[in-house]
Amino acid sequence: MSEQAPLLSVRELSKSYGARRGCADVSFDLWPGEVIGIVGESGSGKSTLLACMAGYLAPDAGAVVFDTRAEGPRDVLSMSEPERRMLARTDWAFVHQNPRDGLRMGVSAGANVGERLMAVGARHYGQIRAQAEDWLERVEIAAERIDERPRQFSGGMQQRLQIARNLVTGPRLVFMDEPTGGLDVSVQARLLDLMRGLVRQMGLSAVIVTHDLAVVRLLADRLMVMKDGLVVEEGLTDQVLDDPQHAYTQLLVSSVLQV
Amino acid sequence: MNDYNFAYLDEGTKRMIRRAILKAVAVPGYQVPFASREMPMPYGWGTGGVQVTAACLRPDDRLKVIDQGADDTTNAVSIRKFFQRTARVATTERTGDATIIQTRHRIPEAPLSEGQILVYQVPIPEPLRFLEPRETETRRMHALQEYGLMHLKLYEDIARHGEIATSYAYPVQVSGRYVMDPSPIPKFDNPKLSNCPALQLFGAGREQRIYAVPPYTQVISLDFEDHPFVATKAPHACDLCGDDGSYLDEVITDDAGRRMFICSDTDHCNSRRAAGHVGALTGDAA
Repeated sequence: MSEQAPLLSVRELSKSYGARRGCADVSFDLWPGEVIGIVGESGSGKSTLLACMAGYLAPDAGAVVFDTRAEGPRDVLSMSEPERRMLARTDWAFVHQNPRDGLRMGVSAGANVGERLMAVGARHYGQIRAQAEDWLERVEIAAERIDERPRQFSGGMQQRLQIARNLVTGPRLVFMDEPTGGLDVSVQARLLDLMRGLVRQMGLSAVIVTHDLAVVRLLADRLMVMKDGLVVEEGLTDQVLDDPQHAYTQLLVSSVLQV
Repeated sequence: MNDYNFAYLDEGTKRMIRRAILKAVAVPGYQVPFASREMPMPYGWGTGGVQVTAACLRPDDRLKVIDQGADDTTNAVSIRKFFQRTARVATTERTGDATIIQTRHRIPEAPLSEGQILVYQVPIPEPLRFLEPRETETRRMHALQEYGLMHLKLYEDIARHGEIATSYAYPVQVSGRYVMDPSPIPKFDNPKLSNCPALQLFGAGREQRIYAVPPYTQVISLDFEDHPFVATKAPHACDLCGDDGSYLDEVITDDAGRRMFICSDTDHCNSRRAAGHVGALTGDAA
């Protein structure tokens, strides 16, 4: 299978907060089916970068070109708002660090999963519900809990529900912001296992922002290391983690606690 | 009572409200902001409806005011008196005779005709309010016609109750574009919104919004393909006039569990009784 165009192509993306640099001159290509990890310490600009790509923040300069289904590569930043929002609920997905940011806490799990379907025009209750049940099972939530509210779920389940809700429309690109943050290690392991399965099975491309090197070791094909808003090193995950070249990457890798 | 301008509001205010009404008529279902005034009654008593009525009234108009269908309840009586005193317009209880009808929570049973104006009192004009609390976001959703969220509420109803349990303020889509809150009318009345010969104006005083459904405009109640919209009412006939097709109020008559069902539209019930119709309890309750 030969792919001609990258799915997502980021060119010289910059965003500053007044005189302070958020991120600067970030460029990379993401190919279909590929998972790229962005690591760095707090304040290194990785979340700013993600928000700029996903359209939550307006960058100062640069381009984010996405290979749309209908019209081929298009600069997301110059799209009209309806187009961008349509993209955000069909081909894109965004998994927040805190499930409360990504879920509707006031409505049932089934409605949370069904929301994106209804947003793109599904108007058949039985079909929406069947798809919601199917997706709950795929993220290992018992189907009989479909009418419970996310509040009644544990943190790990909430995070899995958020993933189900995002993947139900079959997106091609998933942005994840610290998807395992705030979960204990055994729950993290299950979640990572699940995500790895789904990514491989659905052929998803993903951009994962995290400070947890173990997460990218498991999920990411390629890695970008950021510091002070700049990309200081990038390469294949194993290569960067096992043979770090930049002083900061070496520091990052050696800072991981060994059990 | 010469201390007030005709219909209480000053001419500049009425002109401002009329401009908002014209815009609302031009964009059916769109909530037009207007500079709602303090009225000599509390919010929730129909300050929005009163301002719209005041802006529409002419000296030769005949006004009818109903509250939950009834002409004789506090809200209806006080608003009717208000305009009798400040505008000296004629009033009526007959739906067919009125040129302007201000209503709270009902549409009259008698069919409306061209030239009539129906003014609704609206507590919360934003149908998406309880689903998305941010006003900036709901406005954007209206602008982009993103109404998936509205169905989320209906989905929750079916998931919890097995059917769409929303029984009043049932969301509608006007002229294929804006989703609108029809004010807390029972969903029994929803079909009457559509293709109505009269002009329908909605005023929300506290929320400072006016919206409209022009005559002969298509209004569709939202639903699912496998759970279609159904207009419901109590499965009884009126105990006073015997009508089994009108919307009913349930009235508890003693502390031994006895109750009766009567038309919520008093004008409809009275005219049927005057025409000789009788119900199951005619005579022994009244």
